[in-house]
Amino acid sequence: MSIAAQQFLEAAGSITRNLRHRGLIQTALRKYEAARDRKKSAFNDWSAARQSAAETKWDAINHLDTYLVEFASKLEARGTKVHWCPTGPEARDTIRGIIRDAQAKCIVKSKAMTAEEIHLNEALEKDGFEVVESDLGEFIVQLRQEPPYHIVFPAMHLTRDEISDLFERELGSAPTREPEELTMIARRALRRKYLQADVGITGANFAIAETGMVSITENEGNARLTSALPRVMVTLLGIEKVLPKLEDLALFLPLLATAGAGQTVTGYNTLYGGPRQPGESDGPTEWHVVLLDNRRTELLADPEQRDALHCIRCGACLNVCPIFRNVGGHTYGTTYSGPVGSVITPHLRGLQDWKHLSNASSLCGACTEACPVKIDLHHHLLQNRRNAVGDAPSWIERLAWRAHAFVVNTPALYQFAQEVGRIVEPLRKRLQGTPLDPVQSWTRTRDLPPVAGESFKEWWRNRR
Amino acid sequence: MRPNDRMNITLFIPCFVDTCFPEVGRHMVRILERLGHRVTCPEAIACCGQPAFNSGYWDEARQVAGKTLHHLRDAEAVVIASGSCGAMLKVFYPQLYEGRPEAGAARALSERTWEFSDFLVNRLGVTDLGARFPAKVTFHDGCHGLRELGIKSAPRRLLEKVRDLELVEMTDAETCCGFGGTFAAKFPMISTAMGEVKCASAADTGAEYMVSNDSSCLMHLQGLLSRQGKPLKTIHLAQILDPQ
Repeated sequence: MSIAAQQFLEAAGSITRNLRHRGLIQTALRKYEAARDRKKSAFNDWSAARQSAAETKWDAINHLDTYLVEFASKLEARGTKVHWCPTGPEARDTIRGIIRDAQAKCIVKSKAMTAEEIHLNEALEKDGFEVVESDLGEFIVQLRQEPPYHIVFPAMHLTRDEISDLFERELGSAPTREPEELTMIARRALRRKYLQADVGITGANFAIAETGMVSITENEGNARLTSALPRVMVTLLGIEKVLPKLEDLALFLPLLATAGAGQTVTGYNTLYGGPRQPGESDGPTEWHVVLLDNRRTELLADPEQRDALHCIRCGACLNVCPIFRNVGGHTYGTTYSGPVGSVITPHLRGLQDWKHLSNASSLCGACTEACPVKIDLHHHLLQNRRNAVGDAPSWIERLAWRAHAFVVNTPALYQFAQEVGRIVEPLRKRLQGTPLDPVQSWTRTRDLPPVAGESFKEWWRNRR
Repeated sequence: MRPNDRMNITLFIPCFVDTCFPEVGRHMVRILERLGHRVTCPEAIACCGQPAFNSGYWDEARQVAGKTLHHLRDAEAVVIASGSCGAMLKVFYPQLYEGRPEAGAARALSERTWEFSDFLVNRLGVTDLGARFPAKVTFHDGCHGLRELGIKSAPRRLLEKVRDLELVEMTDAETCCGFGGTFAAKFPMISTAMGEVKCASAADTGAEYMVSNDSSCLMHLQGLLSRQGKPLKTIHLAQILDPQ
């Protein structure tokens, strides 16, 4: 078992017993579901919208070679520097180089899961830079020195009281339970940083090939300040973020807001087309767009699971996933948690180390049903399981399944197994609660139904 | 019923129903026979192969599925006593045999296979079986039946016709109960937490029974309820529908 798998099992074991966590997350996500359903009903035809979005992303991903070049050349035509980075370390080094060249000291950053993916903050802090997260949720988890709990709601696992305590401890503010007051405390701390910062780092929601623009969606206006005030702007994005046309946003912006947060449209939707142009009075003087592959092209080469690159990181699959709702975001130990994380992490970080996430699913399909771009998420988990066995089967498990096949395929043996089940049941019951119970993984929390005195097949035979 | 309407139904009782919940199969036989159909239950097959399939061992799954495929090849209609095993035959056999000589047989079987409640309502066109069950119940949608087979209204239409039965919907009717086959044994702590959420949602309705068309979910949920000494009980749809 991989270290990641052991950590997952341990973390899941303790958090699933934490009823406070369970209550908090269930309540928050039930509210999300109600809001999402209200907003979904505003679409004329939600399933047609999903289908259309899936087809647009299919086109974008299957023609990534042309759309990416179009996107980059349009950006460069207006003075943006585009950097192509095959790996995480190369993207990190590129951004470090930009920051060194800018002789920057303070860096402000808006929300970017791609930056989490390449561990950008740690690298920059190691270089001695101060990096301040400007998204409220990210700001909170940064103060706690934690990774984001959820790709859209990074601090959803915390209560107002916990946030107030944190601000009191870290920022010296007075305790309060009012969300507005807590926001103002963060705002006062952040406004100073925007003015001090030499470099602003952002992520991206969509990359528009047709016009060479980056679309950023947010609710707090922090990404606009992060991009507008510092003299150098850096945007880091995965190559799968491409949309072919500007008009595609007419569908994708409300789709993202509805599926992701139960909103009609997110509060701020900004299009970035280039750095400050001649004659303009504001905006960054330099804009660097860093395009990250980091094994996305390997996923692109897999025809069965290529649609996982459709993902717009809305978090809808996390929100509806009963596994996520019980184990929470940190248990996964990955940048991308929930169903989409379980699907893509094995591709991004190695199947054998991360296959346990594909097994840690009841394959209920709620994720696939919720996905606004129709990624076949739960079936990809099944394929990951098959691929993991194909690459490195467990001989014990293989033998067990062969034995199972032999027993169920041989009626006399199958009947004998039932008879054995009946005979050993009293003994097994006595062993229940001890480590000798052969089915303790079931019986530790659940009763096991006994083998019936007369099986259905026996009844059927006797009846005739 | 005209003689031509009389169907030859092959009832596939999966291994765990056969072993632990034989009454579910018996009720199904009685219901289908009372409707005037001829029921046969093949004794040579026991399992659909889903446990190995879901574990990633597709070669071993084919060892089981191949036999099932062979024995059901001439069936006029296959009715299966579990949404999950039904999904295996209808949805996953064609995938398991894609590009193989058996692919055609797998697709043909898929078309002739029905989950029990779906068969009654959408193939036979029956909703009222004359049953009476004086209790308040809530229905749990098994995920495979719901999302792989698209069965949502059939079991509810059947329950609505049961005399003296009050059907109330729970908040989390469509949320997975946490069984998930081998998942329940490989990740018992997550499976248990999911089951507890489900049972709490069902209990909140004030129902006496949580009904489902999938014994596998009910095995897990009843196991939890019994262990925790909760008054809520589980029952299979067929047990309610058979007027005895």
